[in-house]
Amino acid sequence: MAGQQHDLHTQTLAELAKGLSDGTFSARELTEALLSRIDEHDASLNAFISVTADWALARADDSDAARSKGKVSALSGLPIIYKDIFCTSGVLTTCGSRILENFVSPYDATVVERLSAAGAVMLGKTNMDEFAMGSSNETSYFGPVKNPWNTECIPGGSSGGSAAAVAARLSPAATGTDTGGSIRQPAALTGTVGLKPTYGRVSRYGMVAFASSLDQAGVITRTAEDAAMLLSVMAGFDERDSTSVDHPVPDYVGGLGASPKGLKIGIVRQHFDAGLDAQCGARVKEALSALEQQGAKLIEVDLPNLDLSVPTYYVVAPAECSSNLSRFDGVRFGHRAEGAKDLLDLYCRSRGEGFGAEVKRRIMTGTYVLSAGYYDAYYLKAQKVRQLISQDFKNAFASVDVIAGPTAPTPAFKLGDKTDDPITMYLNDIYTIGANLAGLPGISVPCGFVDELPVGLQLVGPHFAEGAILACAHQYQQLTDWHQRVPEAYQ
Amino acid sequence: MSAGWEVVIGLEIHNRLATNSKMFSGAPNAYGAEPNTQACLVDLGYPGVLPVLNTEAVRRACKFGLAVNGTISRRCVFARKNYFYPDLPKGYQISQYELPIVQGGELVIEDENGNDKRIGITRAHLEEDAGKSVHEGHDQSSGIDLNRAGTPLIEIVSEPDLRSAKEAVAYMRKIHSIVRYLEISDGNMQEGSFRCDANVSVRRKGQQELGTRTELKNLNSFRFVERAINFEIERQIEVLEDGGEIVQETRLYDSDRDETRPMRSKEEANDYRYFPDPDLLPVEIDDTYIEEVRKTLPELPDAKQARFVGQYALKADDASLLTISRATADYFEAAVEAFKDSPRIAANWINGDLSAALHRDDLDISESRIGPAELAGLLARIQDGTISGKIAKEVFEAMWVGEGSADAIIEAKGLRQITDSAAIEEIVDAVIAANPAQLEQYRAGKDKLLGFFVGQVMKETGGKANPGQVNEVLKSRLKKD
Repeated sequence: MAGQQHDLHTQTLAELAKGLSDGTFSARELTEALLSRIDEHDASLNAFISVTADWALARADDSDAARSKGKVSALSGLPIIYKDIFCTSGVLTTCGSRILENFVSPYDATVVERLSAAGAVMLGKTNMDEFAMGSSNETSYFGPVKNPWNTECIPGGSSGGSAAAVAARLSPAATGTDTGGSIRQPAALTGTVGLKPTYGRVSRYGMVAFASSLDQAGVITRTAEDAAMLLSVMAGFDERDSTSVDHPVPDYVGGLGASPKGLKIGIVRQHFDAGLDAQCGARVKEALSALEQQGAKLIEVDLPNLDLSVPTYYVVAPAECSSNLSRFDGVRFGHRAEGAKDLLDLYCRSRGEGFGAEVKRRIMTGTYVLSAGYYDAYYLKAQKVRQLISQDFKNAFASVDVIAGPTAPTPAFKLGDKTDDPITMYLNDIYTIGANLAGLPGISVPCGFVDELPVGLQLVGPHFAEGAILACAHQYQQLTDWHQRVPEAYQ
Repeated sequence: MSAGWEVVIGLEIHNRLATNSKMFSGAPNAYGAEPNTQACLVDLGYPGVLPVLNTEAVRRACKFGLAVNGTISRRCVFARKNYFYPDLPKGYQISQYELPIVQGGELVIEDENGNDKRIGITRAHLEEDAGKSVHEGHDQSSGIDLNRAGTPLIEIVSEPDLRSAKEAVAYMRKIHSIVRYLEISDGNMQEGSFRCDANVSVRRKGQQELGTRTELKNLNSFRFVERAINFEIERQIEVLEDGGEIVQETRLYDSDRDETRPMRSKEEANDYRYFPDPDLLPVEIDDTYIEEVRKTLPELPDAKQARFVGQYALKADDASLLTISRATADYFEAAVEAFKDSPRIAANWINGDLSAALHRDDLDISESRIGPAELAGLLARIQDGTISGKIAKEVFEAMWVGEGSADAIIEAKGLRQITDSAAIEEIVDAVIAANPAQLEQYRAGKDKLLGFFVGQVMKETGGKANPGQVNEVLKSRLKKD
C-alpha cells in the first residue's frame, strides 16, 4: 500500500524516480518520509541550517498534481538539499557565517533555478564551514557537523552538512561546492559520492563567492548514476557567469555503461608517499586492482609539482577571498554592528563580529599577499606555479584517460583534533587541490573502510571529461557495495 | 607670477560612456532617476552575483583609442581595485591596471602662442564608476545612491606634456570634442559625464627632474580646470619661493572660494591591492574587430577643420568654431548645400547671429529654431540684393520667433530693398534739401558727414535702400555745384 514504504530513505534518486513514475508512492509521501528522517536524526548531526518543510510539501503537491496531468520533467518530485552557500529566494542563505545569519536572498542561484525548473524539491539548506573555508566543518557559526559513521568525528568540509545528510540517508542528494576539495573530501570521509565538475561546467551565479577562480558547484550523492542525473540538469553555459563555458552537455547517464576495459588509469607516484595513511592506501590499491581486473590499465604518471599545490592554493584562494568578502561591510545587508561611532568603527566591528577566526585568518593572508611589495613574491609566483601544476596534469593526460588515487590522506579525524593547527588541517586537501588549481573534474567514490570509517577513491579527468570519470566510478560501484552500507545509527 | 618657473600638468579625464546599460550589469545607464532605482543586484554587490562585460563599452573605448592614434591592446584584462567606501558596494572597483584597452596615443592642441603642440596620451582604460554618498538632508548619517554605481567610464591619462592651465583646458576641450564626435559619450559636464583630475607640479626653468606634484580631484568644468590649476600653480610657487616643500597629496578645488585645499586623509597611503578579476575573462581583440571599428570612425575635428578651410575657403578660426561639434559642422554643411554662393557668409552667420541666438535661449544647435535650409533661404536674399545685411538681421529675428520663412517675412513686412535709382535719388535730394547746414559743412571739407546723410536716407526708407547705391548717389549729389 502506497505511503507505507519504510525504505524510501535508502533509495537512490534513480530508484525514487522510478517509484514516482510507477506511482508506487507520491512526491508528498517521499517528501514527508525524508522530512521525518531529518526531524528524527538531524539533532545528532547538525547537518542542516534550515529545513524548508512547508515549502517542500507545497512543491511536492505541485509535482504530484503536475504528474497527474502528465507533466513530468527530469527530476520531478525528487528531493534535493542545498549547501547554504547557494542563494535561494525567500529562504535564509547564511554561508555558515554570523555575518549572513539573517540574510534572505532575493534571487535563486542558477543551480537552484535549474534544479527547481527540472522539478527537484528542496528539503533544506545544509551546514558548512564558514564561507566554505575549512576541511572539517568546524568553522561554521552554526556549530560543527558530526560524521554519521562516528559522531565524535568530523564529516570533512566544507560541504560537511551535505555529505553527512546524504550518508545518514536524510536526503539522497545534495549540492556542494568545491574550491580545494570541499565536495570530494567530505564525500570520502562519509562514504558518499562527491563530484566536482570542470571549472566553468556549472554556473557560479548565485553561489556566494569564496575563491572565484577555483570555486565550482557539484553534487554529493550515493551513486555515480545519481550524480550523472543531477549534473545533466545543472551543467551548461550561463550568460550571467562569464567564466561558465559554452560547451555541449552530453548525456551523462547514457554514458555510464562505458566499460573500464582498456581505460588507461594514471597512478601518481607522489600520491602514495609518507603522507598517506597506510590502511587508506591499501583500500585505494584494492580499488585500483578491482578496476585492473575489469581490463583497465594502470600506468604510473608523475605530478612533479604536487607538493606545491597546497602552498599555491593558500596564496591564491585567500587573495581572492580577501577581495570577495569585502562586500560584507555592514552597509547594505548582513550583520551590522550596533551603535557604530563612525564609518571605520562600523566596518571594523561589523566584520570583526561577523566573521569567524578561520575567515579572518584567510582575509588577512590574502590581503598580505596582494599588498604592494609582496604581490610579486606571493600572488604572482603562485599564479606561475599554478601554471606549472596545470601543465603537469596536461602532460599526464597525454598518456592516461583518468588519474586515480586517494581522495584524502586519512579517514575522518576526531572533532577538535586539528583546530589548533591550520597547516595540518590544510594538508588534508593535498590530493584534491590540484584539480581545482588546474580546473579539472574530479570525483570521490567510496572504496572501503578503515576502522569502520569510510575511505574514498578519487578519479580526476581532463577538462570536460565528467562522462569518463562518472562512468569509471559507476562501473566500480557495480563491482562493490561500499555505497550501500548504512551507518549503524541511521539504518 | 611664474617667471623662472616651469609648470608641468597631466590630466586624467573620466568620461562616462553613453551605453544603454551599465558596464557589468543590465541596469540602465541613465542620469537623474530617483536614488537607487537604477541599481540591480549586481550593482548592489549582493552575495553570489557576477559581473558580465558590456561589449558596447569595449567597442566605444576602441573607437576612442583609434581616434587618438592609440594602440588597441589585443588582450586586455580587468583588475580589481580594492578599497572600502560605502558608495563602493563590492569593496572593490572593477578597472584595468596592467593591461588597459588603449595604450599610447596623441593629439594636437594649439599652445599659448598659437602653434601646434602634440600632447601624448599614456593610456585609456575601462572602469566602472562608484555610487554617490549624499550628505545633504541627513542628520546623523549619510545616504548612498547607487544609480551611478557600475556605469561605464573610460579614464584617459595624458602624459605630463601640458605647460599651463590654458593648455590643459585646450587639451580637455579637444578630448571633449572627440568623444562627442565619436558619439561614445554625451560629454555632459553638469551631470559628471566628463570630469578630470589634474596632476600639477612646478620646477625651476632648466631643472630636469619633476617637482613634487599634487592631484586636484573632480574638476567638472573647463572654467574650474583653468582656475584650479592656476590657483595651484601660484600656491606651489609661493610655497617653494618661501623655502617650503610641496606635499604630495590630493586636493579639492572649492569653486566658491576659488582655492584648492587638502582632502581628508582617506586616500593617504592607500594600497589598492590590484589583481586580475577572476570573475571576468581577458578581453581578446583581433584585427578584424579593430578594422570594423575603424570603419565606423567619423571625420574628426582636426580633419574636418582642415577640409573646411580648403573646400570652403574659410578662415582657420571660423572653421575651428564650426567644427567644435559635429552637429555645428553638419549644420554648416547642410546650409552650404542649400546656399552654394558664399560659404563664408554662411560661416559668419552661423558663428555670429545664430550662435548668439542659441546661446541666448540656451539651446543646442540641434534644437535651433531656424534650420540650415531656412537659414540658406535668408542668405540667398542677402546675396541677390533683395535685402541688406542689416535688414537680414531683422528677418532673422522674425524667423527665430517663428514668423515664417525669409521670403514670407520680407514680403509681409515689405522689407524688399529699394534699388530703383530714381526713387533713391528722389529721397537723397529731399534729405539734402532738409539739411542745408550739414550740406555746407560737408562741402567745407567735413567728409565724415557722409555717414550722417546715409543715416538720414536709411531712416527715410526704413533701412530698405540699397546702401551701395545710396552712397554712390549721395556722393555725386553732395559734390554738385
